[in-house]
Amino acid sequence: MGQTLAEKIIARAAGCDKVGPGDIVTCAVDLAMMHDSGGPRRVKPLLEKLGVKVWDREKIVVVSDHFVPAFDLQSAEILNLTREWVAEQGIPNFYDMQGICHVVLPERGHLKPGMFVAGGDSHSPTGGAFGCFMFGVGATDMAGILATGETWIKVPETIRIDWSGEIPRGVCAKDIMLTLCATLGLGGGDYQVVEYSGEVISSLGMQERMTLCNMAAELGAQTGLIAADQTTAAYVEKVTGEKPDCQSWQGDLDATYRDIFSFDANDLEPQVAPPHSPANAADVGEHVGTGINQAYIGACTGAKLTDLKMAAEVLKNRRIASNIRLLVAPASVREMTQATQDGTLGILLEAGALLMPSGCGACASYGAGVLGDGDVCIASTSRNFQGRMGSKSSRVYLGSPYTVAAAAIAGEIRDPREFLEGFGS
Amino acid sequence: MMHKAGRAWVFGDNVDTDQLAPGIYIKLPIDEISKHCLEAIAPEFAGSVSRGDFVVAGENFGMGSSREQAAEALLDLGISAIIAQSFGGIFYRNALNFGLIPLICADVSKIGDGDQICIDPEAGEIRNLTKDETYACEAMPEHLLQIARAGGLLPYLENRLG
Repeated sequence: MGQTLAEKIIARAAGCDKVGPGDIVTCAVDLAMMHDSGGPRRVKPLLEKLGVKVWDREKIVVVSDHFVPAFDLQSAEILNLTREWVAEQGIPNFYDMQGICHVVLPERGHLKPGMFVAGGDSHSPTGGAFGCFMFGVGATDMAGILATGETWIKVPETIRIDWSGEIPRGVCAKDIMLTLCATLGLGGGDYQVVEYSGEVISSLGMQERMTLCNMAAELGAQTGLIAADQTTAAYVEKVTGEKPDCQSWQGDLDATYRDIFSFDANDLEPQVAPPHSPANAADVGEHVGTGINQAYIGACTGAKLTDLKMAAEVLKNRRIASNIRLLVAPASVREMTQATQDGTLGILLEAGALLMPSGCGACASYGAGVLGDGDVCIASTSRNFQGRMGSKSSRVYLGSPYTVAAAAIAGEIRDPREFLEGFGS
Repeated sequence: MMHKAGRAWVFGDNVDTDQLAPGIYIKLPIDEISKHCLEAIAPEFAGSVSRGDFVVAGENFGMGSSREQAAEALLDLGISAIIAQSFGGIFYRNALNFGLIPLICADVSKIGDGDQICIDPEAGEIRNLTKDETYACEAMPEHLLQIARAGGLLPYLENRLG
């Protein structure tokens, strides 16, 4: 019997020929990533208690992205503690206010197919877009990894999700994920692996693939995965200067899957998830006319260059409604620089967007852009749980960058295709 | 071995980490965060829970963020174990790492809010003293029981590395 891609990566990391679903194995971690919120401030006292230093400073990446830039004394102290700890441990790969960890990690060449990676953040499955088994852990697990270089894992089964057809204009990976949240539910991933495949996936660029794997977290999966192909290889080679081994990191044709779900993208509509769950997603038509007072294009899920370009397509030569605010927080400093160079950012700013720092920010009320009582926001982020963006009485709708931009223009939820060239009037 | 009895606090499905440890308070020490634990859905919980009580919930308890303060807040409030139909995977590990036992039980709907219950994690058993019923839990794998017996991942590693 063949093996899934996840099983092959786990077996290699565990030093076994083969692993089977349900086995509990101890794996050597190829890379450990953490940020300012769940990282040094939490692991430092634990490592001190254990009386050890980090196992391998070369295999650790630290990214300050949650409390950036400092906005009060507490956040300033957390960021300083992060800097001091990184210096004390001699960790070479530290990205201080350079963007959100899940975007910084691949753009700086830290991910390649076949790696077993632990990330101190729940959206760590994003790394699965690069053919890595990358999953989220809490700070105590991270401290254990930093101390020993290992962690236990219960070998997951793989749920394959195939998408055929072609994604229509004005629809994107975010809409695919919202549809999946509505169809499978937030527990549908059951802490197994979700592996995306099919002609739609093959046609997508790396950033759209990152959105798919990122929101495997919202399906409740341990991680999302996309087997490496030419698109992956070209990206990894560009950022690392080395051709990655993609052939070794494919699932076998006769591998066993828990389930195989097949979807057709041809009829996919833009999706909107009303409060307070991504699983509430439905076609945008059901929510047209819902008034909003904040629009947010941000976070690891929805503010990569590709996402900013989608928003710009809608906002070009238009102004946002006078009674709303549009906040844009590009996912990384590099992405922001590129968006400046190619004119994307100019379009957003001319439309009335307010540029925010590259960081997690408003998505989880870790920075500016917090919602007050009764505020209604539409966001390109991944979660709209009650109170996540601020007040318990605020309401968050999730949509694609197209849909968020359209709502910013109209001051209410609208079908973004109304604003794209080549659709109707 | 049976733990001491305590009150069951019953919640529904998909209780998330933003409810357990709201992001707006995440910079604060745990005893400040825990005052806001579950306030969005049960405003009286943090103020009235007693040491030794249990949280009982439906599916996917603790879904969402990897912030371990979600589990730590419950520990800080004195919760001794969480019994749910299923858990968010990261939360499950976080709870175990704090020595806060996560038990998976298909019969949680039989436990009423306010029932007096006690648990035996090793035997995989929950006793409902109010209703005089016993429910079976999914057995915890030996590796995880070792972490639980040690009182969490840190003491477990202290023994191992020591």
